[in-house]
Amino acid sequence: MTEHKKTKSMSLFREILLFLLSRVRRFLLHFKKHRKMKDILTVYYMEAKSARVSGRKVAWITSGGPVEPLIAMDVIPVYPENHGAMIGASKMGAGLCETSEAMGYSSDLCSYARSDIACATVNGGPIGGLPRPDMLVCCNNICGTVLKWYEVQARYFNVPLFIFDTPFCHTGFSEEVRRYVRRQLDEYVLFLEEACGRKMDHGRLSNVGKLSLEAQRLWQAVLDTTVNRPAPMSAFDAFYHLALIVTLRGTREAVDYYRRLLERMKDRVAKGIGAIPDEKYRLLWDNIPVWHRTRWLSEKFASHNACLVADTYTSAWCGSMKYIDENNFFDSMAEAYTRIYLNIGVDEMARTVLAMVDKYDVDGIVMHSNRSCKPYSLGQYDIAKVVEKERGIPSLIIEADMVDDRSFSESQVATRIDAFMEMIKASKQ
Amino acid sequence: MITAGIDIGSISTKAAVLSDGKLLGTRLIFTGYNAEAAGRTVFEELLKDLGLERQAVRRLISTGYGRNSVKFVDKAVTEITCHGAGAHYLDPGVRSIIDIGGQDSKVIVIDEKGKVKNFAMNDKCAAGTGRFLEVMARALEVDLEVFGNLSLEARSPSRISSLCTVFAESEVISLISRGEHRENIIAGIHESIAARVAAMANRVGMVPPVVMTGGVAKNTGVVKALEKKLGMTIRVSEYAQVNGAIGAAVLAMSIK
Repeated sequence: MTEHKKTKSMSLFREILLFLLSRVRRFLLHFKKHRKMKDILTVYYMEAKSARVSGRKVAWITSGGPVEPLIAMDVIPVYPENHGAMIGASKMGAGLCETSEAMGYSSDLCSYARSDIACATVNGGPIGGLPRPDMLVCCNNICGTVLKWYEVQARYFNVPLFIFDTPFCHTGFSEEVRRYVRRQLDEYVLFLEEACGRKMDHGRLSNVGKLSLEAQRLWQAVLDTTVNRPAPMSAFDAFYHLALIVTLRGTREAVDYYRRLLERMKDRVAKGIGAIPDEKYRLLWDNIPVWHRTRWLSEKFASHNACLVADTYTSAWCGSMKYIDENNFFDSMAEAYTRIYLNIGVDEMARTVLAMVDKYDVDGIVMHSNRSCKPYSLGQYDIAKVVEKERGIPSLIIEADMVDDRSFSESQVATRIDAFMEMIKASKQ
Repeated sequence: MITAGIDIGSISTKAAVLSDGKLLGTRLIFTGYNAEAAGRTVFEELLKDLGLERQAVRRLISTGYGRNSVKFVDKAVTEITCHGAGAHYLDPGVRSIIDIGGQDSKVIVIDEKGKVKNFAMNDKCAAGTGRFLEVMARALEVDLEVFGNLSLEARSPSRISSLCTVFAESEVISLISRGEHRENIIAGIHESIAARVAAMANRVGMVPPVVMTGGVAKNTGVVKALEKKLGMTIRVSEYAQVNGAIGAAVLAMSIK
């Protein structure tokens, strides 16, 4: 046997083992009343990594992409961005970013893209790389970087790529845009049918759509429990619980998880249990978390008795529910996936933030000016000005990067947070 | 009641002592490697100057980058809040402060009581800070003390466009090698600092009267460049460099 064949059969052997293990874990999970996020995600990744054995297909998809058709086709969706967040949280970002820079990618490129591209070549990172994709689905409603990023990966893995183009909604939404996006949904279904070698079951897709909407409603309800004082959870908790609404929306599993989470949060509200010991100040977080510093930031704010009660990030996965027609999920997806938070103009973003300021009754906004995410960070100064003018509420802008911890200066950020909290405390006296 | 403030900055450490709100004295030393030792030393030296016992100081606040490294204080407060209190104490009419220290530059807007209403700080990069000027002075082989005055003699300030200290230094070096006059280069450096601060001032909604604090306030070239860029006069107090320490001592009066 040649070396190459040997490695290949070794990896197949590993995948068979993983597959058997995933069946056992899934079986055990079935009997658990309170399923933990960690257990659910472990089984999810085990299944994705042994898809070759189970005969299922794997699709890589962008975080804001329409996942429901994949679920309906029994394709396992895998999220490089979610993987990027895991890389950041496990503080492996800088190393992988350096690897991609050595490959020739610019350090100005998004760190999710950099770490993912690097990870694919070395099978590194916290879970030893993502499972190999059979196809890629790229929706540009979150940014433009994903287009080139997915093209790179499509070439690297030599798999088909579907690009779902959602025009930017500067001031509103038009019939032309609706038609344009809606037609792509048909193309998307054709793409999947070809990749999977069978027809789409539209009845099933409609059920998946209902489950997706139900999970989004539950997620919004979970996030809304923080209107209570003290807030039963913080944005830092939301960053954690978010994983399923991103990766598994459209499944019964996500619905069950959020239903139980909602019960738990309601119970905490009833008992008056807060996310932090002594909530005195309430803040709103903007942008993707600084994944490598979530604990530090959470403790820093808690030391000032400040709770980040809401954020524009985790709420983005239920923010366009209003455009979904429960009885016609497929058609209404066109509008819902186009009008997400990152694909709208700054004026509408500011209106969304103002509504959140009122709803969660916050004393200030903490904005992460994210070196990696330009579409999210552009307009923050304008939004801060609007909120200051309309509600008299101050904003703090901290400079960092979601994954690459080389772009983070702890003492500088600490001083800015301390000064911001001193200012808020003084204004409330 | 005697109160004191210690401001441990990245380059220098300052102390101030007040007695019933009246300024008794101030002192400044280099911070060096050990922030805690610098804080202790400057405080002890100032007490000695003033002939005071440690026990005489009833309340003590630390501020600046090393604020959390000293444990013998009653409280640590950020330099933003302290500069607001210090500027208000020295000049109650002041509404905005431009503070350029060793590794940070900031614009602070305060209310009529000296409370911070809003502030903006430089991004992660150190361009436009005291450290930036030190690097530039070294590249130009000019003593920092005369740096400011030299720029006033410039006929046509050079253009320094880089936003990064390291790149700006190479820009300066290439200007030197092209034979550009030293005064012009220095004036260009000051203008680049003024442009950065002006951007922050716009962002934060700066209102006059404006006072400048921090070590860089001693540099007349920067002050003049700022006045030109902002189109307003900038006050500089003789206590500019110890303003943060004074503010800390002022705030110490209200600790219960």
